[in-house]
Amino acid sequence: MPSRWNMLWKKNEFLVGLTILGLCLFVGSVNSAFWSLPNLFDLLRSSVVLGIFALGALVVIVSGGIDVSFTAVAVLSMYITTKLLLAWGYAGPFLWICLLSCSIGLCLGLVNALFISAFRLPTLIVTLGTMSAFRGFLLAFIGSNHISVLPQAMVAFSQWDLLRGRTPDGVLYSLPGAVLFLFGAALFTWALLRYSMLGRGIYALGGDAVAAERVGFSLSRIQFFIYGYVGVLAGLGGIIHTSLSRMANPFDLVGTEMNVLAAVVLGGARITGGHGSVPGTLLGVGLVVIMNNSLILLGVPSYWQRVAVGLLLLAGTAAPILLARTRKRPHAGEEERS
Amino acid sequence: MKTPLRFLRDENGLWRLLLVTAVIFATLSFLVPGRFLSVRNFASMSFQIPEIGLLSIAMMAAMISGGIDLSAVGIANLSGILASQFLLHYAPEGAGGTWAALVVAVSVGISLAAGAGCGLLNGLLVTRVGIPPILATLGTMQLFSGLAIVLTRGTALYGFPDAFLILGNGYLFSVPVPLVLFAVAVLLVGVLLRRTSFGFSLYLVGTNPTAARFAGLDNAAILVKTYMLSGVLCASAGLVMFARTNSAKADYGVSYTLQAILVAVLGGTNVAGGFGSMAGLVLAILSLQFLSSGFAMLRFSNFSKEFVWGALLLAVMALNVLGDRAARKMQGRKNGTAPQAGGETEELR
Repeated sequence: MPSRWNMLWKKNEFLVGLTILGLCLFVGSVNSAFWSLPNLFDLLRSSVVLGIFALGALVVIVSGGIDVSFTAVAVLSMYITTKLLLAWGYAGPFLWICLLSCSIGLCLGLVNALFISAFRLPTLIVTLGTMSAFRGFLLAFIGSNHISVLPQAMVAFSQWDLLRGRTPDGVLYSLPGAVLFLFGAALFTWALLRYSMLGRGIYALGGDAVAAERVGFSLSRIQFFIYGYVGVLAGLGGIIHTSLSRMANPFDLVGTEMNVLAAVVLGGARITGGHGSVPGTLLGVGLVVIMNNSLILLGVPSYWQRVAVGLLLLAGTAAPILLARTRKRPHAGEEERS
Repeated sequence: MKTPLRFLRDENGLWRLLLVTAVIFATLSFLVPGRFLSVRNFASMSFQIPEIGLLSIAMMAAMISGGIDLSAVGIANLSGILASQFLLHYAPEGAGGTWAALVVAVSVGISLAAGAGCGLLNGLLVTRVGIPPILATLGTMQLFSGLAIVLTRGTALYGFPDAFLILGNGYLFSVPVPLVLFAVAVLLVGVLLRRTSFGFSLYLVGTNPTAARFAGLDNAAILVKTYMLSGVLCASAGLVMFARTNSAKADYGVSYTLQAILVAVLGGTNVAGGFGSMAGLVLAILSLQFLSSGFAMLRFSNFSKEFVWGALLLAVMALNVLGDRAARKMQGRKNGTAPQAGGETEELR
């Protein structure tokens, strides 16, 4: 029994889950409105887009890369999609809108993959370049105006609720159907990483690229998949974000990529590659969302929000390192870059 | 093996970058001769270059050490806002004479000290705690800009005394003061990197930390000093930024962080550490500035700058790889040896 207890303590997901539980209990004890259904549904609603992006970022980080372009991909795909649909006067179902946005995202993701795989350029640099290029392309050549009259299907999607109700004091609350997309994407990514050969390849690439190649994985094929997949998820996140906010704003999203990466890292993925899991990432997303949304409930002025997230990120990254150091005897390689 | 000859030939793609810069310059001079080659254009460019330039030097220093400083703009804003608050308290707009000059001098000191302090925190998080630089500075980015928001409660500070505005708008012997500051920083850091033992150690730590330790270097001390240097440079960028616009706001210049990385990388700085030169950085800034000024003249949208910067970064990086491959193939044929794999297959983030 004690050994299993120890194993649990070493699990990152367990620690993050514990932190979330502690945070919830604390916020709930200060302000009981935290446990109310409207607030909980609000938290879920805020997690949808962040979570979908985080799943993509997780796959990249597991493979030892980093992607900062997904927000630019998201905003470019959703804006092109919206403009095209309006030009066509499209009145069909939401599914096709999603598919269109995802395919644009896929193409943009494959641009990343091309540079990363064919030229073997560092992933940070390629995605930095494409981020700048995609967003500049959008604003300079496609449009820089807000579109607030969306296709009917997108408006309907934003009104699609799984649950709806009214609290005794008259506050309306609802659970948006969009959370199903997050759960679906999470389930698929989880199965992919855990049970498919491709998933093994992604972990192998992140663990040691040379070894993975010698074992027989085709690195370029894996990389094309990874960045294409991130593009698809970015396209999906972009169109859901637009639908939920009922406005296509070309200045949105870009700039939030660091929040997403923070959530993934808090969820236990290692920036050096080879480690990370879908449950952990979802917990990380939860932690960031709860932190962001609960300061107001705690009565802390909202301008403390960034300080709080910064401290959380530093504590979240430092804690496992310091814990590992006290558990083992300190060894020499600690302060080195791996 | 690095020999002086190899360095001359093309380390970091320096000559290629020079060629690219020259081509951009020539093309624009040809397309819009009257306006591109005008005194007014060069004056306006020389006011735009220093802010991003100082941040890029800061970024390059951190990247040479094998790290990165995502908190650069956060440091610039936080230290600038600390200085502004001191300034506004003791010498509001209209104050003059020696008192104002003294207060400005002290506030500059405060800002640089705050920058060094922020850098120290980054350095300690990286070396003592052991957080990877990209994560440590991601956290402090949120922390520093968050503190800047808390200090100002999200409002803008404005109305600085003239003695301070000189930093961003003045002329020294008909050269813009910010450009002078940038030139001083280029020279000082350039000498520091290439002519001092600290610079040499920095490159060594960035290339191979294990080898550096076995060579008897104190890696942690060198990294801490590098992040402090980076912090001071960011603080000076913040001062120039706030003096030029005569206002201070917590979320000013958020997009500068990624632009600074872009400039450094275009200038040949390697994200994996150990490579990067001041000459490359200056060339990168010039080529990007030429492009954005030229595009503005050709009446392209403001946003096309972002597109072109990103595209240029990708194009130059791809060109470097292709050039290296061709060079290696030729060398391999000449020496009758197989092409070395080391340089290229190294997987980086």
